[in-house]
Amino acid sequence: MFKVFLSLIKRDLRLAFRHKSEILNPLFFFVIVVTLFPLGISPDKQILAEIGPGIIWVAALLASMLSLESLFRSDFDDGTLEHMLLSEYPLSIMVLAKIVVHWLITGFPIIIFSPLLGTVMFLSNDAIVTLMITLLLGTPILSLIGAIGMGLVVALKRGGMLLSLLVLPLYIPVLIFSSNAVGSSMAGLAISGQLYFLAAFMVFCLTLAPIATSAALRVSLE
Amino acid sequence: MIKAIMAFLVKVFYQLASPKHFYRIAGKLIPWFGWFAAVLLIAGSIDGLFIAPVDYQQGDSYRIIFIHVPAAWMSMFIYMVMATSGAIALIWKIKLADVIASSSAPIGAAFTFLALVTGSIWGKPMWGAWWVWDARLTSELILLFLYLGYMALESAIEDPRAAARACAILAIVGVVNIPIIHYSVEWWNTLHQGATVSKMDKPSIHLSMLIPLLLMAVGFKLYYAAAVLSRARNKVLLTEQNRSWVKEVVELETGVKHG
Repeated sequence: MFKVFLSLIKRDLRLAFRHKSEILNPLFFFVIVVTLFPLGISPDKQILAEIGPGIIWVAALLASMLSLESLFRSDFDDGTLEHMLLSEYPLSIMVLAKIVVHWLITGFPIIIFSPLLGTVMFLSNDAIVTLMITLLLGTPILSLIGAIGMGLVVALKRGGMLLSLLVLPLYIPVLIFSSNAVGSSMAGLAISGQLYFLAAFMVFCLTLAPIATSAALRVSLE
Repeated sequence: MIKAIMAFLVKVFYQLASPKHFYRIAGKLIPWFGWFAAVLLIAGSIDGLFIAPVDYQQGDSYRIIFIHVPAAWMSMFIYMVMATSGAIALIWKIKLADVIASSSAPIGAAFTFLALVTGSIWGKPMWGAWWVWDARLTSELILLFLYLGYMALESAIEDPRAAARACAILAIVGVVNIPIIHYSVEWWNTLHQGATVSKMDKPSIHLSMLIPLLLMAVGFKLYYAAAVLSRARNKVLLTEQNRSWVKEVVELETGVKHG
């Protein structure tokens, strides 16, 4: 079973590296969205430091959500997903492999680039470290919850708008706790509570989201 | 004895789950729920608006809680109903549970909207602004988004059975959000007043204000029961329109004979 998991991860990673835009586009999107805010609001250091954590997190959230299409779309179109459904291995394991790859190609680059954006938004060093930790704990949640939504809309022709309606409300707790943690560490306050919540929420989603996603896929592929 | 009771309950359960019997029984129940709801809502409104004493801090404007609070309760309750019946439909494949879930959604959304509007109207004299990003108002807004997402998903999937199953999964996933709504009250430092009624042993609301509040709450619940049953009856007729019993019902109620 673990072999299936690993070979799926390898396959999806190879596919992703053949379409490099799949990796780069969410990252560019993330950077551009963050850049828009100083232009739209003000280049003032204090204002940016105040709103920075929230903006970076909202941008990460949108980048992760907009890249969800790559999770199941091509496999749905060419019938691979149906084969997975019919195979003897549990669907949730295979779904989890796909989610892991989605996180590796969208969440992980965002984490790598976040210190740069944190600096641009005048976050303190402590806050940048916190930002990276929250992204490390939070972006997997985004991929996991997003997979459920994508599973529900994958069979629909124009599911993109609907997907955001379904998924964004469920992202809100992550956004609240993460940007609150970064903001608190800017102010020198304790952040362990928020991080514990994020960690707990991630484990919770890691346990249940693959099951919910495979249930959703079964409905979509009926 | 217990065995006999269980057997009876199982029989009732299966009878209710069959669309034909549901249609008949629901038709009998709706007027009862409806009239009791009307009586309770009128009594609760009169009691709340005219008889309950004036609040020493908020004056007369607090009286909107007699609509606001029960509506907010209903908004969460109905989402729970949707998730529960969605789970029942997924596990036991009872079609009627799907019907109840999808009939509940617009009613729940309406109650959520009512809670938001009354909360905002209440906020104007209390906070001096129509909208405050207070934890509970915000989570009520998120709940409205959840309802809208549910209805959007339902209307986007053409096959009604697939739509019902997808919505059931969504409702179960969304129900995770309801505890967060409650915890958000404690988690953020809010402008909203703390929960006043849930402390069952010694509520911090005076009895003369609690009575109309509970009257309104029960009235709203009964109204919901009447409304959801009549919506569900319509849906059952639509989904079962090719069955012979539906044709009989239509003939009986309209007097028109269909071929």
